[in-house]
Amino acid sequence: MIWLAWRQFRAQTYVVLGLLVVMAVAFALTGPHLVHLYDTTVATCGAHNDCSSVQTSFLHHDRILQGSNFLLLLGPALLGIFWGAPLIARELESGTYRLAWSQSVTRSRWIVTKFCLVGLLSMIATGLLSFMVTWWSSPIDRLRDNPFGLFDERDIVPVAYVLFALALGTVLGALIRRTLPAMFATLAGYVAVRFAFTEWIRVRFAPLLHTIVRFQAPGQNVTSGQGLPSNPGDWIVSANTVNASGKIVGHFGGIGPNGEVNFRGTESGATYFVGVGKCPNKIPAPPVGSRGNVSSPPPAVQHAIQKCINSFHLRSILSYQPTSRYWMFQWYELTIFIVMALLLASVAWWWVRRRLS
Amino acid sequence: MTAVLEAEGLGKRYGRRWALRECTLTIPSGHVVGLVGPNGAGKSTLLNLAVGLLAPTQGKLRVFGNVPAKDPDQLARVGFVAQDTPTYASLSVADHLKLGSRLNPKWDSALAESRIKQLGLDPHQKAGKLSGGQRAQLALTLAIAKRPEILILDEPVASLDPLARREFLQILMETVAEHDVSVVLSSHLVADIERVCDYLVVLVSSRVQLTGELEDLLATHHRLIGPRIESDATIENQCVIEASHTDRQSTVLVRSDGPVLDRAWTIEPVSLEDLVLAYMGQGKNDERGTSSKAQE
Repeated sequence: MIWLAWRQFRAQTYVVLGLLVVMAVAFALTGPHLVHLYDTTVATCGAHNDCSSVQTSFLHHDRILQGSNFLLLLGPALLGIFWGAPLIARELESGTYRLAWSQSVTRSRWIVTKFCLVGLLSMIATGLLSFMVTWWSSPIDRLRDNPFGLFDERDIVPVAYVLFALALGTVLGALIRRTLPAMFATLAGYVAVRFAFTEWIRVRFAPLLHTIVRFQAPGQNVTSGQGLPSNPGDWIVSANTVNASGKIVGHFGGIGPNGEVNFRGTESGATYFVGVGKCPNKIPAPPVGSRGNVSSPPPAVQHAIQKCINSFHLRSILSYQPTSRYWMFQWYELTIFIVMALLLASVAWWWVRRRLS
Repeated sequence: MTAVLEAEGLGKRYGRRWALRECTLTIPSGHVVGLVGPNGAGKSTLLNLAVGLLAPTQGKLRVFGNVPAKDPDQLARVGFVAQDTPTYASLSVADHLKLGSRLNPKWDSALAESRIKQLGLDPHQKAGKLSGGQRAQLALTLAIAKRPEILILDEPVASLDPLARREFLQILMETVAEHDVSVVLSSHLVADIERVCDYLVVLVSSRVQLTGELEDLLATHHRLIGPRIESDATIENQCVIEASHTDRQSTVLVRSDGPVLDRAWTIEPVSLEDLVLAYMGQGKNDERGTSSKAQE
């Protein structure tokens, strides 16, 4: 039975293998140069004080190969659609299942062998791709320092994604019995589940950590959220501004939905902290032209502004997942997707054995 | 006489529609059995149940006393050529033989290869490029080289032209003669059945209307032609299957339980086609009778 399963997937496997070899060659040719470039420019830029331009030019290197991130995002879905969905559906559609099931091999063994072989092949292929991309991108990732931003395109989770996509395709193919509709259903289902994990579920793997600081005016190290104390590489989930009674009055380290810090003067000479209230103190008129957004006012004005802000007892609350949890989250997500894949595969197995008749 | 296939109250339902209902049937071994009946009689459903591709909704079905397809042993004992003779379009003829050898413990590869050679098939040709007749032959080869004890064929020649059909049946006959294998073959063409079968089962709306060895059936059925009789009249010693009347004469198809005593009748032999059609007609009448009763 392994022979038949392999014979049916031989051509597709060679295509995928060919693509992997091409990518491996491209990575092998450019990877060492990228590391060298990092060591000679980015790592030493501090000495020359031109870091931002060096970093920008470094990030613009090999943009096409940086597209391999996209390939890792797409790869598992494609394998689920083109390998998983037709696994049973095509046999049902073309009637060849009647040939296969009247050989001296039980249906149970037929589906288990097919699924295991294709599952293994796609996990190996995705694993290799993820390994190559993770290795090649490591200098760029080190510079970007945003591991959670590339969480599902790096390391081990893609291997679980592909098994899940494959199992989803297999079971939908068995239920729908038509290849094309099964492919669309697989795409929709896979995207929905992955989206749910990326947007809502992953962040709940562990309780958020919070950093609470006194709200500070912009210009004093605080510019729209990023200035809040956090380690680079942390996954910032929210940066809220809370008033004295605990009510959220703003986001991104400022006030209101866009996290701005604005002051508005009135004719009577009073100044309003926009979105919060009237300042108890007087604020000296800022230099010509800037009545609204405060960027870099003189020290006297800054001091008055801070005094006004302090009077409202505002706090900034930063909620985040620390970068140290990255690997724990990778293992969590890997486990969950593999368990879901095995459950779906069991449904497909049961359906083929009992229900397809 | 042992039974290769036994069905008791067998039924298969798709949604709310019954494809086969209350079918009770015994097929003895050592025969080439022709299963005939009109479209929708449940022939195909019955055969698919027998190979385990379908599971019964109700009733019981045994092949060699076992539940169909229950394990690899049972699968190995039954060879099946499905309707439209499916093959893997992208696999070559040689690949199909390899498939057979990998998936069947009793695979007879010498038989398979000699059959392919005899048929003049190119082993490297993809099955998708074969003609309908060649594909049917390939499917038959797979089923035969598996060396089953019973070969089940579901309308194998339905889509073939007359020449390919004759060739196919010829080879089937040779195989049966060569290897000790029972055959169940469904068809709605009586001519095909007549050519290869020695046992007949007429199935009309899931009911077995007639079953028996072909020779016996032909020997015990006669057509009687004589002066006009009343349409509901009975004839002594005879069981009337079908009667038609003109103004002056009656033609009656009877199953003879004894010699025809009334000298007024001219006795003629009956062809298999007429016999089958008569029983199919009877089956239809029965059905109408029950449905009209149900309406009352």
